[in-house]
Amino acid sequence: MTTLPSTKEKSEELTSSDTQHSDHRLFGLITFLVADGMTFAGFFAAYLTYKAVNPLLPDAIYELELPLPTLNTILLLVSSATFHKAGKALEAANSKQCQKWLLITAGLGIAFLISQMVEYFTLPFGLTDNLYASTFYALTGFHGLHVTLGSIMILIVWWQARSPGGRITHVNKFPLEAAEIYWHFVDGIWVILFIILYLL
Amino acid sequence: MPQKTAIYTISISLLIIIGGIWAIDNLNLLPVVASSNAPIYDELFKVLFVIGIILFVGMTGLVIYSLIRFRKKPGQVGDGIALEDNLPLEIFWTAVPAIVVLFVGLYSYDIYERMGGMQSLSTNSHSHHSMNSEGKVWGGIGLTSQKAIEKNSLPMINVDVTALQFAFLFNYPEGEIVSGELHVPRGQPVSLKMESKDVIHAFWVPEFRLKQDVIPGQPTVINFTPTKTGKYPIICAELCGPYHGGMRSTVVVEEPEEYQAWFKQNSKQPEMEL
Amino acid sequence: MVQTKFQATGNGTMSISLPPATENDSNSLQPTGWLRFISFSLDHKVIGLQYLVCGFIFYLIGGVLAGAIRIELLSPISDFLARDVYNQVLTLHGTIMIFLWIVPVVNGAFGNYLIPFYVGARDMAFPRLNAVAFWMIPPAGLMLITSYFINGAAQSGWTAYPPLSITTPAAGQIVWIVSVLLLGGSSIFGGINFIATILKLRRPGLKLMQLPMYCWAMLGTSILVVLSTPVLAGTLILLSFDIVAHTGFFNPALGGNVIVYQHLFWFYSHPAVYIMVLPAFGLVSEILPVHCRKPLFGYTTMVYSIMGIVVLGLIVWAHHMFTSGTPPWMRLFFTIATSFIAVPTGIKFFNWVATLWGGRITLNSAILFSCGFIVNFVLGGITGVALAQVPFDIHVHDTYFVVAHFHYIVYGGSVFVIFSSIYHWYPKFTGKMLDEKLGIIHFALTFIGFNLCFAPQHWLGLNGMPRRVAEYDPQFTLVNQISSVGALLMAISTLPFLWNIIYSFIKGDKAGNNPWQALTPEWLTTSPPPVENWSGEAPLVTKPYGYGEKSSDERNPTITQA
Ligand code: HEA
Ligand code: HEA
Ligand code: CUA
Ligand SMILES: [Cu+2]
Repeated sequence: MTTLPSTKEKSEELTSSDTQHSDHRLFGLITFLVADGMTFAGFFAAYLTYKAVNPLLPDAIYELELPLPTLNTILLLVSSATFHKAGKALEAANSKQCQKWLLITAGLGIAFLISQMVEYFTLPFGLTDNLYASTFYALTGFHGLHVTLGSIMILIVWWQARSPGGRITHVNKFPLEAAEIYWHFVDGIWVILFIILYLL
Repeated sequence: MPQKTAIYTISISLLIIIGGIWAIDNLNLLPVVASSNAPIYDELFKVLFVIGIILFVGMTGLVIYSLIRFRKKPGQVGDGIALEDNLPLEIFWTAVPAIVVLFVGLYSYDIYERMGGMQSLSTNSHSHHSMNSEGKVWGGIGLTSQKAIEKNSLPMINVDVTALQFAFLFNYPEGEIVSGELHVPRGQPVSLKMESKDVIHAFWVPEFRLKQDVIPGQPTVINFTPTKTGKYPIICAELCGPYHGGMRSTVVVEEPEEYQAWFKQNSKQPEMEL
Repeated sequence: MVQTKFQATGNGTMSISLPPATENDSNSLQPTGWLRFISFSLDHKVIGLQYLVCGFIFYLIGGVLAGAIRIELLSPISDFLARDVYNQVLTLHGTIMIFLWIVPVVNGAFGNYLIPFYVGARDMAFPRLNAVAFWMIPPAGLMLITSYFINGAAQSGWTAYPPLSITTPAAGQIVWIVSVLLLGGSSIFGGINFIATILKLRRPGLKLMQLPMYCWAMLGTSILVVLSTPVLAGTLILLSFDIVAHTGFFNPALGGNVIVYQHLFWFYSHPAVYIMVLPAFGLVSEILPVHCRKPLFGYTTMVYSIMGIVVLGLIVWAHHMFTSGTPPWMRLFFTIATSFIAVPTGIKFFNWVATLWGGRITLNSAILFSCGFIVNFVLGGITGVALAQVPFDIHVHDTYFVVAHFHYIVYGGSVFVIFSSIYHWYPKFTGKMLDEKLGIIHFALTFIGFNLCFAPQHWLGLNGMPRRVAEYDPQFTLVNQISSVGALLMAISTLPFLWNIIYSFIKGDKAGNNPWQALTPEWLTTSPPPVENWSGEAPLVTKPYGYGEKSSDERNPTITQA
């Protein structure tokens, strides 16, 4: 007969759904990101197929300017690093440092969005001009949506970390960890997007 | 007693298999054969049908047999045998289906090849076609293989097909004929190059055992050699709107002379003289 | 009710321990009021039953639409329904049956009810997400159905191929897209929840390879859901852009490519067919051993074959596109990959037959529906393998042969399993037994009606009747009428079932906790189970299929009073 943990322990762990071990929630989040990644994969596949099978009309071929997107790539990569710093600071129970890095990360995210907007307004084509334009906007737009959500999430996390005795401490790291994983994911997608859309 | 039942089951299964083979030869499970690739198709159908019948009857027989033989009789107590697995048996029934599908796959590849499905489109030149002649075309089965074209000294008849809601139009570039019916001579290879004006349609002649989608923006080709005179329906098989069910036409397979007469009568004489 | 007292054994085949259930305990945990079934309940059992009842209502609606289709097809001309209405009806029928009946029921209903029991947990990993996932379904379904009465529903089939879906009336199509997006989202949330529950919430001491087979089926299915449903979501978003914003992703008039849509759509919708059938496979694996009093044969190979189906299922989508002008090599690849799905699937079927073999089979409704499933699915699978052969498919693609193939699988397979499961688990759900006589009448009518309806459709397809038509050649009239009679029988067969469900709920015999003397954990508690599943700690069931003559004197589930 197998010995079982005492009933008390078990029911404590399982009865209240809200205080579950953050492990499960992180696992759930990662599963969700796999799903989200598949949406992007579908878009990428569509884009690459269009490129291979539907040669564009001569007047539909544009040279995309590289400087702005390269800046964007750098912004996002740096923001991933600063977010990591924030996580490290929280681990060391240094709430002040953590808040600082969070703000910097959010700032970088917003800078990315602004720079993306600038790019949109300077592009010589609009959403419905042709297939290429449409896919370009669909891909960058869908990614931009993710960055927007991410930035909002970071600001919320920052807000919660700010108030003393707030929800986010080095004991309850889950919201920060979740936002961080999500943010790295969004950055990773951008890198793929940058390579496929601008470099290939 | 178990052996006896087993023998019964086996002989009943055998009877059903024989019945199945008889059925396929004597029931009209498929429409008339009217193109050179229809008999090839029917050959494949027969093989699949027989394999299918054997599998289906075998599995059904096993299930019914078990339900009868191993049902709980009144007064019986206790569980069945505690049999959890049996490696050789499991290897056996992994291997057998694997071999069967491998065989089926290879065999249908062979059929596909004989129907000209593996013919690459670039070797099958459509330079005669007026429409979009330098554009890329997309494959359909039934492309007459190069060998078959060489063997058959008759030239290929090229027809451009336009599909639109809810009709097919057949354009014979050589005679500048535009017709609502497809006329083809018996025994001569025909090549259709098809494109849609609006939504996706499909060109299907059951008696030819051929189908190909007709797609907007992506011309497709389909080739066949009719072998039996008569009138057969051309059916649109892809949902294309309310009148999809009514989108039909006819293919008229005629003796070559009749076809020539029809062609002469309908084509614009001056162009032909040139 | 006091729990049945079981004899304590020191038998090594299974070790379950259940703390004593006092009168007091079980009373306080009995369900309170039916109102929580229409509330935002977080209890996995309530959510499971919500899925089941909701799905069944949609099944009746989908069935009425099927009835309308079959009435229209009684005569070769379009008389009962206008042509465009016919297309709306068949689109709604397909969409409702797939997204609002089969998928929510085989996954959501039974998954939610059973998985926490099987892993020894008190609820799903994310109860709130679970409730949200369920409550996305009724509005999506209602929206879809009301679109029919307002501006007309979508009319481009459940596949919604552009450019047809771009050129037909936009309102209905947009509603269709939005509701399928909601249903897909619900399914993704469910999938995440199942994966987390199975992998993370297992009771200490319970190993993966000791889980009941349904857990494996749900794990495989949820992997498919998570990997493929988002692609459908992305595709439908692009399609809605084409409709609303006039982009040209799938519109050739604007330089788009209609075939790309088909690839993306089938990348989801082929796995979707396994999302509809893998859980059913799991349910059958639970039901057969109980009523055969035998262990499930070949547990390990069953697990591997589920995973094999998952992997293969992701790489065969283009077999729906053999006439779409795909290049020869692609057709060949997809033919071979598709055919090979017969191997892992076959393993499961042979294992089930081996489970029947040598058993002590009780011929009740549950087992009859399960065996009916085996027979029907084998036929559907065989026609599937035939369809996978390019040269064969070229003739029968988009004909009634395909309609016959998939109804043999979705109806003869999944729906039969759902009925079987209801007969099997109803005593657990309600604490009442179903009437066996009515159950057997239900089975007989369904089985005959089903075969009468769909077997003749193979012949129709081979001989030249395309699908999705409201009018057809007069030569097909007789066979279509036979098929419609079969559909009528199926509709009639629903009546004894409904009566049985309702009557037994009120007047049925008390079931007791474990009427089948089954060994899986959901039976080791009261019927219906208390809110947190067990009044004490979760039992550790390491041998969910430990039936067998060897321990025949300990046939009763061995529950130790701790
Ligand atoms: C639950 C749903 C479900 C399931 C499980 C399946 C299972 C299979 N399907 Fe089916 N299919 C559909 C639902 C399903 N299908 C639907 C809805 C459509 C139409 C979509 C539309 O256009 O609207 C469709 C269409 C469809 C097509 C496209 C037809 C066309 O449009 O032209 C093809 C072609 O390959 C196909 C093949 C298969 C195969 C090979 C399997 C295999 O998985 C079957 C494997 C099972 C067996 C083979 C039986 C058991 C095995 C044995 C007893 C072992 C021995 C067997 C052999 C050696 C052969 N299906
Ligand atoms: C996934 C599950 C599923 C299920 C369970 C069914 C169940 C049934 N289907 Fe369905 N069907 C599909 C999925 C399903 N179908 C799909 C995906 C399509 C393709 C759509 C497309 O092309 O886009 C399709 C298409 C389809 C067609 C082809 C339409 C066409 O191409 O033109 C037909 C025709 O016979 C048909 C018939 C039936 C019948 C008779 C039933 C019966 O089994 C239903 C029996 C049930 C009942 C009848 C319910 C009981 C109801 C009552 C008791 C109330 C009173 C009843 C009446 C008034 C009749 N279906
Ligand atoms: Cu044209 Cu259907
Ligand atoms: Cu498929």
